Amino acid sequence: MNIIQKWAFNRKIKKKKRINRSLAGDIFLFALLAIFGLFSAYPLIMTASNAFKPLDELFVFPPTLFPRNLTMENFRDLSELIGNSWIPFSRYFFNTIFITLTGTVGHVLIASMCAYPLAKYRFPGRNIIFALVVYSLMFAPQVTATPNYMIISWIGLIDTPWAIILPAIASSLGLYLMKQFMEQIPFELVESAKIDGASEYRIFFQIVMPLVKPAWLTLIILLFQRLWTTDGGTYIFSEELKPLSYALRQIAQGSIERQGTVAAVAFIMMIVPVTFFIISQSRIVETFSHSGMK
Amino acid sequence: MRLTWKEMKLHKHHYILMAPYVILFILFTVVPVVMSLGISFTYFNMLEAPRFIGFDNYTKLLLDDEIFIIAIRNTLILAVVTGPVSYLLAFVFAWLINELKPKLRAFMTLIFYAPSISGNAFLIWLLIFSGDLHGYANAFLKEFGFIDNPIIWLRDPDYMLIVIIIVQLWLSLGVSFLAFIAGLQSVDKTLYEAGAIDGIQNRWQELWFITIPSMKPQLLFGAVMQITTSLAIAEVSMQLVGFPSVNYEGHTIVTHLIDFGSIQFDLGYASAIATVLFLIMIGANLLVRKVLRRMGE
Repeated sequence: MNIIQKWAFNRKIKKKKRINRSLAGDIFLFALLAIFGLFSAYPLIMTASNAFKPLDELFVFPPTLFPRNLTMENFRDLSELIGNSWIPFSRYFFNTIFITLTGTVGHVLIASMCAYPLAKYRFPGRNIIFALVVYSLMFAPQVTATPNYMIISWIGLIDTPWAIILPAIASSLGLYLMKQFMEQIPFELVESAKIDGASEYRIFFQIVMPLVKPAWLTLIILLFQRLWTTDGGTYIFSEELKPLSYALRQIAQGSIERQGTVAAVAFIMMIVPVTFFIISQSRIVETFSHSGMK
Repeated sequence: MRLTWKEMKLHKHHYILMAPYVILFILFTVVPVVMSLGISFTYFNMLEAPRFIGFDNYTKLLLDDEIFIIAIRNTLILAVVTGPVSYLLAFVFAWLINELKPKLRAFMTLIFYAPSISGNAFLIWLLIFSGDLHGYANAFLKEFGFIDNPIIWLRDPDYMLIVIIIVQLWLSLGVSFLAFIAGLQSVDKTLYEAGAIDGIQNRWQELWFITIPSMKPQLLFGAVMQITTSLAIAEVSMQLVGFPSVNYEGHTIVTHLIDFGSIQFDLGYASAIATVLFLIMIGANLLVRKVLRRMGE
């Protein structure tokens, strides 16, 4: 029995359990999955492999999927370039860590605090707030870029990391997901705590928050990824306040001899959020199963 | 009235819990939208006080601005192609992945989701679509004899939109894909058994009569996210085909907005563009909601 027959035979046994499948359908669908999987993965693999290629190998044809002569040269060049810059590298790194950490923690905390009453209680103003949040999912941030700039400058936040952190804390996608998640949680525990005389705040911090831990992760990765790649754009002018991705981008801009460094930069920017996602994946899917719109 | 007040007092702890978020949200989302609407009726260059000019920005935008017409055309082409296609792909892949074993499923989820969280990794496409024979795409096509001379992908108006579409599709599975994966896992399994007894013959019927109706909320959520992304394409266009692009062939509504907002400093005009885009998004969302309500019935 050759391999295909064998497979078809095994298929038939399985078919008893799942009658509604056809072999042709399976082959077609999984071929589709494989082709698009390659399309999706190829540029990422190239990005990673380019970072470890010596310069001359970057431009050979056919492009090698994996480097022939593995080298750390690009990363060495990168650290040298950064070492020569006016601001110490650690400063950029610290700025990014500060923005990412403060923004993400603030968002998880403040969005959850708001999501809890929205999910579990009916009170005047609730519907308006939630409707505004849902509508705000429907437009792109660029639409309000200009007035945002004006408001941030009125409050006096221009040229501080808060210009990036505060708007990120009020991201509407996170609140929306958190509210949907909290709605699914049985609140008998909360009720009994209330009977025992716990205050709303105590209930929230000691009972509700620990219950929604998987949802934290989702909010964390959504925001982490956004803040990690933010370059400060129009809001931060002082060189010593600029985040890491700005510094990396500056270095990456340049001639063809820099192509290796560019690849190293792209690799660093990519690997952190991706690793983070791998670690937290299963928990994240858990949150999204509650994320429908009704 | 008194009743409302009483109710509000009853919930005062909840208002306190909500306050930090709501204040920030109003400050950085609601107020800017309202301001943008107001500014769109003025001439405003950030140096002088805004001057009220009624509907002038809108009439100029819709009747006189030829580049805006190009931008609208490009945006609609990009949105009509990338929106539904990436939405369908996200759903089909999520559906296929769902049948795999858990380990393989986690791996494939990563493969399809990674592009959208990989930061600037999409710049690798600059190398792939580079206009000389070093570009991977050109080198590949030449190697197999499809072309003699390199195609200047990123500067030739015939190819720019196609390149943007490809890269945008690659990037765009994202949040809705995750929502679908999760939605599929939460479909009630007993429904499939019941369906088999009721005479469902193949997986397509199963999909149409059981799976889709059970995950409508996630489908709706995915649609909203996908519409927003596909109508706001700008970053990919600016990074790949340049800003402004040759003959404005890669120009979109958002790049037009960025042009007037941060380069020409005509904020009234930029706000009018923003308002038009906002209206298009709301319209598209209402339309899609209507269509989705009817699915699987």
